[in-house]
Amino acid sequence: MVFNRKGYFGRYGGCFVPEILMPALKELEEAYFSLGKEKDFQEELDYYLKNYAGRPTPLYFASHLSQKLKGPKIYLKREDLLHTGAHKINNTLGQVLLAKKMGKKRIIAETGAGQHGVATATACALLGIKCAVYMGEEDVKRQSLNVLRMRTLKAEVIPVKNGSRTLKDAINEALRDWVTNIETTFYVLGSVVGPHPYPTMVRDFQSVIGKEVKRQIMEKEKRLPDYLIACVGGGSNSMGLFYPFYKEEKVNFIGVEAGGLGLNTKKHSATLASGERGVLHGALTYLLQDKDGQVRLTHSVAPGLDYSGVGPELSFYKETKRAKFTTVTDKEAISAFFLLSEVEGIIPALESAHAVAYLKKNCSQFKNNLVVLNLSGRGDKDMCIIERFLKEKNNE
Amino acid sequence: MNKIEDKFKELKKKGRKGFIPFITCGDPDLVTSKSLVFALEEAGADIIELGIPFSDPIADGPTIQASSKRALTNRVSLRKVIQFAKEIRKKSQIPLVLLSYFNPIYRLGIKNFIKESKDIVDGVIIPDLPPEEAKLLEGLEEDKLPLIFLLAPTSTEERIRLVSQFSQGFIYVVSISGVTGAREAVPYKIKNLILQIRNLTDKPVCLGFGISTPNQVKVVKDWVDGVIVGSALVNIIDKYAKDKKLMIKEAGKFVKNLREALSSP
Repeated sequence: MVFNRKGYFGRYGGCFVPEILMPALKELEEAYFSLGKEKDFQEELDYYLKNYAGRPTPLYFASHLSQKLKGPKIYLKREDLLHTGAHKINNTLGQVLLAKKMGKKRIIAETGAGQHGVATATACALLGIKCAVYMGEEDVKRQSLNVLRMRTLKAEVIPVKNGSRTLKDAINEALRDWVTNIETTFYVLGSVVGPHPYPTMVRDFQSVIGKEVKRQIMEKEKRLPDYLIACVGGGSNSMGLFYPFYKEEKVNFIGVEAGGLGLNTKKHSATLASGERGVLHGALTYLLQDKDGQVRLTHSVAPGLDYSGVGPELSFYKETKRAKFTTVTDKEAISAFFLLSEVEGIIPALESAHAVAYLKKNCSQFKNNLVVLNLSGRGDKDMCIIERFLKEKNNE
Repeated sequence: MNKIEDKFKELKKKGRKGFIPFITCGDPDLVTSKSLVFALEEAGADIIELGIPFSDPIADGPTIQASSKRALTNRVSLRKVIQFAKEIRKKSQIPLVLLSYFNPIYRLGIKNFIKESKDIVDGVIIPDLPPEEAKLLEGLEEDKLPLIFLLAPTSTEERIRLVSQFSQGFIYVVSISGVTGAREAVPYKIKNLILQIRNLTDKPVCLGFGISTPNQVKVVKDWVDGVIVGSALVNIIDKYAKDKKLMIKEAGKFVKNLREALSSP
């Protein structure tokens, strides 16, 4: 018997799933590597990305932010300008198109911040396919606007009441649904996590970000950037930015995780910065877990970063030191949220604000460097969280 | 030769089918779990499946999820369950199968796990570890761990061959497309898969997921070498949580009923 190591990044990744899912994952792998690579498919996807989602997104020279931080020359990759408000649509259009080609009748998805849920519901409305989205009850509460958006798009939103009632539990429940409805259903995973082929497929669909950046920065600066900075939850926006630069060794990657209330408090989501190797949701990767291998509950002010696992390819980047991973706290992220809004007139998603916060905090290290920061989403969805934060601050 | 293989040979000689109940260790607590194991053996269980609680049991329905959560509240861990199995061994030689998701085992370390569970645990079911991954893992190369693999209604012939080759003790057939949980319907569709497996291997075949009533047992027993019942038993454990003596009695009665259905002509 020959066992291949397809779906591994170094020692990370794999396909750790119940038997019942194995044939479906093989089917998906075959479909993705044949249909997904066909010229017709690529052209159709490109058509929607360009005419529907709004690609290419601008690479904007943030002169005011650069001036304010007195160090680096900062470009923002404006994924926040995409239809539905974040980079998530790059992936959902790809996966839902693939599902259609495979003849699947029903789409399921998990969502944390609701951005992936909205992007999936949108692609399903566009392409005329039924959609159900699992969302932790906690997230349903704190991102109610996105719940309303999904329901407007005729998606069924199913609140998940187990565990921490956040993204991890939404993925568990989506996997259980998939196990039960495997013949008819396609699971649209929203990040570079999960069993093979998801980490590869989602990375490929998101790589449009980095490919555009490469072309745009060469046009504007005639050289490659010194640093690429992105926030990391599951890791899809960071992998999308980093991957096309993987072989450009002079381009440094920095992933910013959610430090929550601080790494010493256990109330954070800093998987790569403080986790250990383990297996969750089908992949061997870094994990936040206790000494017995139970997965820990996480915290972040940014719902899209509030996850105990991380993409296996990012674990590989950590081990091989291809990327550096660091954290900022909730407070630092919120402060950066206001900074970018004030100086550039761009309200970032709280997730993306983590990347801005890292740059703000460490700007002196980047003197005269050319930096591209992935502004993965816009902050409209976070206004309720900000309102609550301001109220609490006034009460203090 | 392992105890599970011996057990199935013995059963075959007697013309009997195996009955394998599942409990989550530490639900309601480890002391009661121990009494339950002995009561189940006395009621006619042939092999006992001991569940290790996990925070993210993706193959389990609401019943076992809740049970797992109760056990975790009691801070039950893989290490404690191995200790627990050691204590069972002092009094009983009934074959013990551990069921754990992979992460607790990976965390303990595969070599440690093998060392600690050797001679105590007769089989290990890891629902999220397919044979492809198992064979890639360091420390698992030399069949040191008696892994029991699963087959499902979706399994292709290629996968049936793979699992038949590597599964030790028996092959665990999942009766339905879905998660664990008591169901009323008889899974007639699975018969074809079982026949397909029979054509490819002589290893014992046991059926689980959704089996909960004597009626189901009577129908499926002729197809298989054993049946596995989990959620329905866990429901009883939960129902009588307030009166442990009654719980143990009811659990025994439940197993006895199914055992009789399994032994009926």
